Parts: sequence; C-alpha cells; structure tokens
Amino acid sequence: MAAPVLRWLCPGRCWAFARIGGCSCHGRGVPTASTSSGKRGQSSVARQSLITAQEPRKGDREWAAVVGLEIHAQISSNSKLFSGSQVHFAAPPNSLVSFFDASLPGTLPVLNRRCVEAAVMTGLALDCRINKKSLFDRKHYFYADLPAGYQITQQRLPIAVDGSLAYSVCVGKKLGQAVTRTVRVRQIQLEQDSGKSLHDDLRSQTLVDLNRAGVGLLEVVLEPDMSCGEEAAAAVRELQLILQALGTSRAIMAEGQLRVDANISVHHPGEPLGVRTEVKNLNSARFLARAIDYEIQRQISELENGGEILNETRSFDYKLGCTVPMRDKEGKQDYRFMPEPNLPPLLLYDSASLPAGADPQQVINIDRIREQLPELPSVTREKLVRRYGMLPEHSFALLNEVGLLEFFQNVMKETRAEPKKVASWVLNTFLGFLKQQNLAVSESPVTPSALAELLNLVERKAISSSAAKQVFEELWRSEGKTPAQIVAEKQLELMQDDEALEQLCRATMEAHPQVVMDLKKGNPRAINKLIGLVRKATLGRADPTAIKEVLERQLSG
Amino acid sequence: MWARAACLGLRASAAAQRRGFTSAGADPQGSGRVTAELIEHLERLALVDFGSQEAVARLEKAIAFADRLRAVDTDGVEPMESVLEDRCLYLRSDNVVEGNCVEELLQNSHRVVEEYFVAPPGNISWSKLDEKGPSHTAE
Repeated sequence: MAAPVLRWLCPGRCWAFARIGGCSCHGRGVPTASTSSGKRGQSSVARQSLITAQEPRKGDREWAAVVGLEIHAQISSNSKLFSGSQVHFAAPPNSLVSFFDASLPGTLPVLNRRCVEAAVMTGLALDCRINKKSLFDRKHYFYADLPAGYQITQQRLPIAVDGSLAYSVCVGKKLGQAVTRTVRVRQIQLEQDSGKSLHDDLRSQTLVDLNRAGVGLLEVVLEPDMSCGEEAAAAVRELQLILQALGTSRAIMAEGQLRVDANISVHHPGEPLGVRTEVKNLNSARFLARAIDYEIQRQISELENGGEILNETRSFDYKLGCTVPMRDKEGKQDYRFMPEPNLPPLLLYDSASLPAGADPQQVINIDRIREQLPELPSVTREKLVRRYGMLPEHSFALLNEVGLLEFFQNVMKETRAEPKKVASWVLNTFLGFLKQQNLAVSESPVTPSALAELLNLVERKAISSSAAKQVFEELWRSEGKTPAQIVAEKQLELMQDDEALEQLCRATMEAHPQVVMDLKKGNPRAINKLIGLVRKATLGRADPTAIKEVLERQLSG
Repeated sequence: MWARAACLGLRASAAAQRRGFTSAGADPQGSGRVTAELIEHLERLALVDFGSQEAVARLEKAIAFADRLRAVDTDGVEPMESVLEDRCLYLRSDNVVEGNCVEELLQNSHRVVEEYFVAPPGNISWSKLDEKGPSHTAE
C-alpha cells in the first residue's frame, strides 16, 4: 500500500501529524442529505473514497491549509460573570447555581469586576487595543444546558481587538532549530459558559448540571494565520502559558478550562481560500494537532477525488481518531443577535480619562492594570537565556513544566556549578525521574538543596559525574539521606591519592604491554582502553580525565 | 397629508436602504408580506407555532406597525444601544454570595434524577414538532 503522498505545504515542517490509514470512520464520513449547499448551490454527495488507497495523480498541485482558532478560557475568579454563585470544578450537581444562573424570571445580570480585569490583562498581554467602550449582546439558540435560551456575549464590540500572539515551532529534525511565528488575535470577548449535559442514550434523556452555567469565559479568536496542527498546538500552548502566568485562567484542558474550536480549509496556493469546516470538541492538548491534521488531510482527499467540502460543523472522535459531522448542527445557525437590554455599555478608563472623584471600585484603569502585569513567559525565557547563557530550547523546557523553573532557580542559588550543567541535570536526569514515575515537581523526593549539594560535590571533583548519577538515584529512593552520606556509604569518593593513582597507572601499563605498544604506534583508541583498565583497577573511583593526564605524562616521560 | 406621508415614506425607505437595514426574508418594498419559508424558519428558530393564517396575519400587521419607525429621518443620529446606555454599568466585587439552593431549583423541574435536571435528548427534532400539526392556534 502506497503511503499517502503529502503534497501539502506546511512551512513549519510538521513531521508529526496523523497517519490516517485504517481509520474505520470513512463509511459514515459524508452526510447523505446535505442541507448547506457549498459553493455551487447544489448538494452533491461524494462518496468518500478510502484515504488509505491513494495513488498520486498526474498534474496534482500542492495544497496549503489554513487554520483559525476560537479558544475559550474559563476565567479564574471566585464567582461567576454575572452572578454571585461560586466557580468551582467538582461540586455536587446544581449546588453552585443561583436564581439568575437557572434563568428564573425576575433576575438580572450584574457584571463581575474581576472578569473585566482578567479580560483587560489578557488583552494587554496579547498586544491588543482595549476598547474603552464595549457592548454586551444576546446570542440565541436552544439547548438544555442554556436555560435562558441565549448566551450573553460581546458580538458587536468586544473588549479587546487586533493583537498578536508569538509562538515557537520546531523546523527540521533537530530539536534546536526553532522559529518564532505570529498569529493575529482578532478579538477577545467576555461571555458566559453554558451548563453541562450528560447524555443518557439508554433512557433517551439528558441530565443537566448548571454549575458551570454563567461562569466567565474569555473567547480568544485567532485569525487563520496557521497552516497545520503543530502550529495550532504551539499557539494554544503559548496562550495557555500566558494565561497561567497572568493568573487570568488556569487553562487546564483536562478540566475543561481551555477549549479549542478550529476553522479549517484548504486551497491551492495562489487561489482563493476554500470552504471551511469548523471542528469542535478539541479538548485535549495531545489530540489537538492530530485532529486538525486529520481534517486537513480529509479535505485534501475529498477535493482530490472530485468531492466538495461542506461548510459544516464537525466533531473529533477521539476513539476513532477522525472527525465526524455533528448531528444537531444541520443548516446554518441563525443566532438572532440582539443587544443585551439589561446591561449598559462597559466603559474603561486610562489615567488620562479617569473621572475625578470616581469610586475606585466602580472604575477600571487600563494603565494601572498594564503597570501591574506579571512577567510574560517570553520575557522570562529571554531573561534565562541572557542571564545564564542558556539555549533557547532549554528555556522553553524549563517553562513547560509547572514548578520546574523555580526548582532550577533554587538549585542555582546554592551551587557554584555552571548554569549549563545545572540545566542539563534538571532537564535530563531530574525531569526524567519525574516523568518515569508520573510525578509533579512539587512531589519530588529530591529537594533543590539536595541536588545543589550533589552538584557541588561534582564541581569539587569529590565524585565523578557517573558516581553522581548513582547518588541521585539513591537520593530519589531513600528520603532523608544527604548526598554526602550516600557517597560515604557507597564509597564513591574519587580517589584523591595522587601517589596511589600513579602507581596504579604504572602497574596497569606494565601488565598490558601490548596496549602500550599500540599506543606508541599511534593508535588513538588504545589510550581509551588503558583508561578503562585503570578505572577498573580503581573500582571506578578515579576520574577518567585525571587518569588520562597521568598516563600521558607517564608515557611521555 | 397623504402626499407628505408618501414623501416621508420614500425618503425613509431610501434611508433604510442606505443604512443596510435588513429584515431577513420580508419584502423590502414594504408591503409586509411574510413568506411561508420565513414562517418555517422562525418557527424552527424560536420554537413558536404559527398555528393558523390568523397568526401570520397578526405578524404581518406587527411588522407593518414597526416599519413606521422608518418614517423618521435619522441621518447623522448615533443609534441608541439601549435605554440604559448612559447609565453606569455597576461592577460587582468578586465574592461568592449566592448558590447552594439545589432543592429549591429542582422544584421547578418536571423530572429530576439525583439532583440533575432531566431534559429530552439533544434538541427536539423538527420532525417531532411537525407531527403536532396546525391544530392549536397561537392564542
């Protein structure tokens, strides 16, 4: 079977995208009665041919994919956007619901100040223009978890527009080759979250929990400047880090605090953009890139086989690894937007326009918020590179794990070892152990002080680096012991006795005249053999560099 | 009087054209005829039931009544957002002050399963609504 040929341009060189061969969902891929008409105004149903049996056709040109994202981030606040009920992840069903959230008559929305601040902070961090006046609207649709029958959002005039997000992708096979890309942020808006529906197909009913209904969301709309799954995943990851650094959202995808919808289309370079599909339910970081790449490939195959792309909404099926059309979304949705009649425009001020004598609780000053913005991840990384001469990819890795940067900095405080060495130990050995046992940095049995002490021993040449690895393993396993204790117990100290080393070297050379002969003849590998032999004789307690030095001295002398 | 109204009418509709005022499906000439297609669309969107021709006629009258707004010349006038637009939007402090009333809330629900509201699966399919037929009139 010929592997599917990729004639799809991805400037970021994404080598890790979905292999679709064998996906069993092909049979039900295309709906038989299409209500949305696509470009030609007729609904032509193309039998979706098996992607696995593709053969490159003559005259096929390259494809370019275009990916835009709508990201919903749950605002980290105590109470909801328009009501005073609590925001909390796991709680008994319907226990965090106020009368307003349940949409009982006679209730009105009251805007939460913290949510507005969160939106402004995020807008500033993404270089947006903050609209000093923004408006709230109603977006109407019927669903059991939307008790009011509409969602309050900001469609006409959102709180922030026209920003940008910089992210990093790897190009080429080597890890070190990363480039920075930017994606434009079209807008950021405040909106309400809906409740949760649990579908009970067995009893043909839906169970509704409104705990999440009314929680504040930041919707971040990214322009279709991305071209593949990897770029989209990298952009989402960077946004996640920014939100976490700002504290505006915990952005944990597994808890539903960060949800992504993708708008995907393909076209030939130079031609107009193709019909786009919306892929919803991308709620896992791991599957985000895969789902997007699958959809891109699906569209390419469909078009290459003479089919049409329908402007529809699809969902990603994690089990099958493919996108499928969503049941309830036939036909174009008409949300009948109207201004929210119960909320006046939201007015924000800066230091220049702040009304005199205004109640500070009732006004929001954009300049003050800007002054108090926490450090963004990109700045932190830059500082690491400048201060420690670190490689950029190491700075990325340090920020990629919660608590790892702090750990690294704490180790640096107590050791004189080179930053590069420390970074290598933290990112390779320490992180390796954490990942192996699926632990968070906070759960590590090894403290920064312990690691610092260990590194100091290596620095002083009290032990060799291979011995250090053994000590580390022991540190991990047995709590309470210090590196020094372990070194003493296992007798891992480096040989400090120069005299004894000299004697051992001489003895080894005498015992292996052949190797010495080889060396004298000019065989470069013979020296390593000798070093190995001496090391064995010292029971691994001599530093190879020291051995080499002594041997070379003795040989030349 | 009629001449003046006609003049106003012409100017208003021209202004309406320029402002890009859209009323989906309704006849832009202002005769207020509502098509069957639009009725179906509205019924689906708003889950209302225009059971009879009488109801449709009432809708057309309502649209005609609202259309009289177009007689006003609003050139150069900033559109009003809402009647509240020059009020101050109150900002609430981020404290938890409500919730925890699950029993009260569940009293409103026809069916309940273990503190969850029970709803029909997904959305009611359109075909099921059709089955009800045009038997009852919208009061």
